[in-house]
Formats: sequence, structure tokens, C-alpha cells
Amino acid sequence: MEKKHVQLSIRSGLVGLLKKLVEKLDKLSSKSAIKYGVYLTAVALFFTLILIPPLLGILIKWGTLLDFFGDSELLSRAMDAVRNSFVVAIVVSALDVTAGVPMAWLIARSRSAWINVLDALADVPFIVPTAVLGYSLLLFWYRPEGISALFGSPLISPGWLLVALLHFAFSYPVVVRVIVGALLDYKIEYEQAARTLGAPPFTTARTVTLGIIKPSLIASFILAFARSISETGATMMVAGAFVNGPIFIQNTKETNVGATVFVSLILIVFSCLIFATVRYVGSRFKMPVKGAWPSLERKLSYSSATLFRNSVTLSIFLAIVLVPSLFAALPAFEALPTDAFRKALSDVPPWDDYWQSLVLSYSLGAAVTVLNILIGLPMAIIVARKRLGNFSSLLNVLVDIPIIVPSVALGISLKFFWKETIAFIPETLLLIFAHLAITYPYFVRSMAAAVERISVELEEASRTLGAKPFCVFRTVIFPLTKYSMFSGAIMVFTRSVSETGATMAVVTKLKTAPVVLVDWVKGKVAVSPLEIGLGCGFLILISFIILLALRLVVRGKGRY
Amino acid sequence: MPDVRLVNVTKRFGKIVAVDKVNLHIKDKEYFSILGPSGCGKTTLLRLIAGLIKPDEGEIYIGDRLVNDVPPEDRDIGFVFQTFALFPHMNAWENVIYGPRVKGFDMRKAERIGHEVLEMVRLHERLDAFPHELSGGMMQRVAVARALAAGAKLLLLDEPLGHLDAKVRNELRYEIRRMVKDLELTAIHVTHDQSEAMAISDRIAVMKKGKVLQVGTPQELYMNPKTIFVAHFIGGANFLEGFVAEAADEKAVIELRGGLRVQAVNKGLNRGERAVLAVRPEVFTIRGGKSQNTNALQGVIERVAFEGTNLRYEVRLENQDLIVIVAPSLSHEWHRVGERVTVSFEPESAHLFAYPEAGMREETSVE
Repeated sequence: MEKKHVQLSIRSGLVGLLKKLVEKLDKLSSKSAIKYGVYLTAVALFFTLILIPPLLGILIKWGTLLDFFGDSELLSRAMDAVRNSFVVAIVVSALDVTAGVPMAWLIARSRSAWINVLDALADVPFIVPTAVLGYSLLLFWYRPEGISALFGSPLISPGWLLVALLHFAFSYPVVVRVIVGALLDYKIEYEQAARTLGAPPFTTARTVTLGIIKPSLIASFILAFARSISETGATMMVAGAFVNGPIFIQNTKETNVGATVFVSLILIVFSCLIFATVRYVGSRFKMPVKGAWPSLERKLSYSSATLFRNSVTLSIFLAIVLVPSLFAALPAFEALPTDAFRKALSDVPPWDDYWQSLVLSYSLGAAVTVLNILIGLPMAIIVARKRLGNFSSLLNVLVDIPIIVPSVALGISLKFFWKETIAFIPETLLLIFAHLAITYPYFVRSMAAAVERISVELEEASRTLGAKPFCVFRTVIFPLTKYSMFSGAIMVFTRSVSETGATMAVVTKLKTAPVVLVDWVKGKVAVSPLEIGLGCGFLILISFIILLALRLVVRGKGRY
Repeated sequence: MPDVRLVNVTKRFGKIVAVDKVNLHIKDKEYFSILGPSGCGKTTLLRLIAGLIKPDEGEIYIGDRLVNDVPPEDRDIGFVFQTFALFPHMNAWENVIYGPRVKGFDMRKAERIGHEVLEMVRLHERLDAFPHELSGGMMQRVAVARALAAGAKLLLLDEPLGHLDAKVRNELRYEIRRMVKDLELTAIHVTHDQSEAMAISDRIAVMKKGKVLQVGTPQELYMNPKTIFVAHFIGGANFLEGFVAEAADEKAVIELRGGLRVQAVNKGLNRGERAVLAVRPEVFTIRGGKSQNTNALQGVIERVAFEGTNLRYEVRLENQDLIVIVAPSLSHEWHRVGERVTVSFEPESAHLFAYPEAGMREETSVE
């Protein structure tokens, strides 16, 4: 009785304290010094933790470029590698957007309950660690246990085609996600207007819908492009003799630092140029309305044409994205009744390392997610509401830079930078910084888009009713954006758990789950294919369950 | 040629019946309005005609063609949306010639049509402006021009003036009617604004809760409302409640609350039945002091409002009923608050109804 009473009073005391804290924060937030203090801290953290270290890490080693330029043979190989990177990135991103539009259309416009399943499945390649994804595609397309079994010989050997298939698969979910969001947001009335003016559904989609969601098409292209330019871990596994920028860095990072610096710089500079060009041309390019082909487009609008389009879309998704992505985990089912499964759940090597690495990966993912919310949220508001004037527009561009730095180069330069500044920086911290830099743009982008969608009038209404700035955030902005925040957090978390290239570059002792699996796949640790299957299976399953749980939380509450 | 016929058309959204067994015949070259409070199903009805949604039951004919399964692009209609729905990624000119282009007309023909319709809506400048750069009135003109350019003979307008300022609204409504008549189009115009519907329509259908209550010319609806709701929604009225004290063939005496008796034209009510007498505010005569006219009622003025053209009085009758009277402000002796007055009306100018089963509040609800 006594004890209960004490507990109660403690609880009410805590609640009271919390209330006072919130009131205090509300009051403080109306002082512009405090408000700008928060914004400037977020900007400062962005520069010191996320933007400058990878760039400066590269620039510190500026001097090594001279050595590198001396070796003309290496230089020409580097140029080839860079060219390969851009060709693959441009072609794959264009194909991804082309394949993603009908898929997104299907998801956004269907009223069937099954669509939710398809919607969740489309996210699968996103949660498979990229290295596992690479291995999985290798098994599926090349090794005898995959689709090659049907043909008697390897269908696709490691090389540019397999790299292209890999990049297509891991960018697919991002592209679909972005376009689905755009289609759900946009007013269906425009389509209805076009229909009443005599345009059949296909013409309507081509001239009106795609024209209006063009910014999202461009954004999804850029995301796919950036991912293709920077991915390292998985690409290494399927590249064979094919060399692109990140692989070149991986190959030469021990022997020639100049090569790393050079390739990274070229990739960053040219990617920025390409982004600027795409944005510029994209904003001026119009969907061709001039030519209309009524009879052809009418035929394309028939239900038989729609059925054909949906079948092709689903086939591409299943055959090129979903099944190859999950293929590595299939042996897990075979392993279930065997000793291998029992062994996996025990503490014997190599499984002790494996489970430790899982714990590390998920804790790291959680930590990075929390950090992103803390320092990314103010930045998202600055960017979305232009809180720092013209400087906000500059920040808007700078935020994207970390995702175009090749992840292995990002890891290496982070290591350079922090080792130069703090000699004894713990590896855990390096790991957190690396993952923070990679995930930050995703979080800020999705949050900024969500905040932009809230009308400024709502904020103003709240202010005129007497709410202080922090109170406006608490009572208006947060409730209206919390689902975007959830999905931003999911992206950050899964991206962190699956990240391979940068992780391998920054750490020597610590091993995250993807790093352990890469070791297994490469034969550095003696394991059977069954065990690799189990390892991949556990990781995918746990990630999928977490993702599904979060999605249920998000969906369950409905949308605004 | 394009008359529109609806036969027993029904549309449900879940449990809500948005359109309930509606039968209508909109004649060729007619300017027809569908009038009703928000949520009455009028926009749903228009969207059914356009083919943007499909009916659950019933048939829709445009001309002689059954169009239930015809998609909107093949119905040969022009549709003006309440929010205009101008394509935000095209400028005004591109919006206007969108229809001719997607129908596959060659560029020269499309441009000629574009110029013709812009001539009609009197819009020549700012053709390269994007929708967000235009004022509400201009957006509306572009929206109408775009719908006309599609070359349809049937124009559907969904609250086309709802988003405009009062002044612009009043100008544009006559302009739209003029265009429809010049081009010999059939127009179906959805609105909740009774004065708009009265001003421009050849005929009006009044809707409530998914049902069409009455169809007629503006004069018919005003002079001869068939239900209390129509009397209330078109023109407005004072509703005096009571029962039939005497009933002859054509005449009835209604005893109001507090024993006041008035004469009315009987339309089939029996002695002893509960009744409601609808008297429009503008049919009363109002005089100072007492007088012994037919249907003279005594009261005290509680409130006076000067509305420009008219004076609006609120008069508390002896039986505590409050009635509203509108009188022209120029040709009329003004009365003050607190003044005792006699108000009277001709029996022929009032409308007698049976007391509604659902009660007066429900019957006159515009929610």
C-alpha cells in the first residue's frame, strides 16, 4: 500500500516535471536567440559531422594526387572506371524510373487489399544488406544452384550486366516509394479534367499526371543515380573483371591514396554537374503534348493493354528484383531440419561472431536513427521553411552531397579526417559518423518534403492563437509529419543495417552483420552454403519483422 | 441534339445514398441548374452525367445514346470544375488547346479553335501565364475556354463561380449564360446559390438528400413551391404553424398559435389537420397602428436593418411568433424598433402545406 503510494507520487512528480520542462521550452523558443541557436547548432553539426569530414578527408590527401598523375597507365584505368560508373548509373536509373512508374501506378491506384502485400514486398531489396544482395544476385544469375540450373551453363557471368542488374534491384524500392508518394499526394481532379476534355487514360497519364509529378520523377532518378554511383560492397561481389569508380578505389586504396582522392573528386564533381543538368533540363522539358496519337493511345488505354502492362511490370519486379534479392536466403529453408540450424542457434564459431555482429548492427542502426532525428529535424525545417534566408537554398543543395560520395571513399576519407584530428578516436564513433553521413540526406529529404506539404497558414493560425514556436512544432508540425518521420526513420535504420562499403573502409576490429557475411561469402571464414543461407535468412527476416512492425504502427494510425 | 435523360439513377457511397432514384430530362439547348444545399448529391449527379463515376442503378442517356459504360473522354462533354483544375504545368494557352490536341486535331485547327474560344471568353492577354499567376476570375475564364474548346455541345459546370468574389461572380454568371446561348449549347450548372440559379437558368431542379424535390422554371419554383423545403430554399419564407380550423373547397381558415386566425388557399387539407403556412417576407404589407384588413396580425417591431434596396423588419406577433418582413426602402414609410404595427398579406400569396412528418427543423434543414 505504502509502496504503491510512493510510486504514484513519483510518477505524478515526473509528469509535473515534464510539464514544467515543456512549458519552459515553449517559453524559451519564443526568444529568437534560442530559436536561431537551435538552427545554427543543427547547421554547425551538419558541417562538422556530415559534410566537411568526408570532403576534407579527401582534400587533406591532396598532395598524393601528384604521385598519381605520374602514373599515366593508372590514370587511364581510373578514367575508364569513372566512365563505367556514369554509364551504368545513367542507364540503370533511367530504366529504374521507367519500370518504377507503372509499378507505383499499380500500387497507388489499386483498391485491392493485396496491394499492401505488394507494397511491402517492393521494399524488400531495401532491407537486404547490399553485400548480401550482391551475393544473392550472383547465386541467382551465375552459380549452378540458381537460374543457371535451367540452362546448364551460367546465364549471366559477373561483369557489367550483373552490376547493372544489381543496381537496378537496389534502387527499385526507392524509386517506387518516391513515385507512389507523389501519386498519392496529387489531386485526381487534373486527371478527371483531362478525361472530360477527350483524353483517354493513357494520354492523360502521359500529358497530365507525369507532367505534374515530374519533380518526383527527377528526384527518384537522382536518388537512384546517387546510389548507383556510390555503392561499393555489393558491386564488388558481382563485378568480376568489370571496374567502376568505387571498385577502383577499393582495389587501390592500400597502394595508391592519390587514386582514391582523384576518383572520389571526379565522381563528386561530375555527379553534382549531372544533378544540376537534370534539374535544369527537367524543369524546362515538357511532356510532349504536341503530338497526340488518338487511335494508338486509345488502344493503349484498353483493359487488355492495361493487363499486359501490369503483367510485364509484375514480371520484372518478381524476376529481376524480388526473387534474385531473396535467393541467397533460400538455403535457410533447406537448413531448417538439419544440424546446421541447431548449430546456428548455439554459441559455437562462427555463429558467436555472427550474433554479436547482429547486435552491433541493430544497435548502430538505432543510434544513428536517433541522432538523425535530433540533428536532422531542425535542418529539415530550415530547408523546408527557408528559415535562414538564402543560406537555406545553399543548404538544400549541400544536404545531398554525402549520398553521392562513393561509400568506400566516404569511409576512407572519414578515417583520414578523424585520425588526423583526433588520434585515438574509438572505432565505434567512426562507425557512427560514417553511417550518419550516409543516412542523413535520406532523413532530411523526406522530412523536408513532409514539412513543405503542411500549409504555412496552419502554423500562422497556431501562432495567432497564442502558441510559441516550440509549441507550434509540438502541436501542429509534429502530429502532421510524424508518419513521414517514421518512414524517414525506417529508411535510415534499414540503410544503416545494410551498409557495407563504408563500414569495411572505416573499421578494422568491429564487424557489423554485413561485414561478417562478406567474410563468409568470400571464404575468409570456413562456412557451408547452408550456413551462409541461414546467416542471410536471419538478417533479412529480423529486418523484415522490424520493418513490418514499424509499418503497422504507421499504417494503424491512418494518414492525414 | 444533346438532351440528357436520367432514368432511376442511384449512386451509393457505402451506406450513404448520394443520388436516390433520380429521373430528369434536360432538354436540348436548355440552361439547366441543379440547386441544393451542400451534401445533397448535386455534384455527384453531375459527375455521373460526366462519367467520372458510374451509377449503381439506372440509365443515363446523352442524346439517344445510353452512356452508362462510356468513359468520360468519349461522352463529348465540357466540364468546368469548382477548383478549375487547370493543369499547373501548362500555361493558359496550352490548357485551352489541350482538348483539340489530344483529340488529334492538327496544330492549325487546334490553334484556330483556341483563338475562337478565347475571343468568346474575352481573354487575350497573359496567355503565356501559368495558372498560379492568374487571378480567380481569369482562371475561371481559362477553365471555361478550355471546356468550350473541346467542341462539346454539352457543358457541365460544377459550382463554377463558387471560388470567386461576389462582384466577379455576378458578372461572370451572365457571361456564361450568354456564351451558352450564343453557341446553342446544353448547359447543366450545379450550384448551392439560389439567386445564381434563379438569375441564369431556364429551369432548375431542387435537390435534397439525394432526391429531386421539384423541377421547374425559376418563376414556377418561386410562385408555386411544392414543398416547404423548396419554399424555404428558394426565396425564403416565414412559416406560421397551426391547424385547419375550417376547410371549404378552395378556402381554409388556419388557426395559428395563440388563437390567431388567417385565411389561406386550401390544397386538399382536411379540417383539424396540422398545417404550415409559408408567407414570403416581401408579400406582407406593414402599417403603423391597428387596422382591420384580411389576415391582419398585430405585433411589435423588434429589429430593423437597412440593406440598401430593402428594409428588413423583425416583428414579434401577439402570439410570440417572430416573422421577417422585407419592404422596399424608397417607396415606403419607415418604422422604428418598439413601434406597434399591423402586418397583413393576401390569402393567394401564401402557400399552405401539411405539417411535415419529420418536423419543421428537419424539413427546413440545409445541412
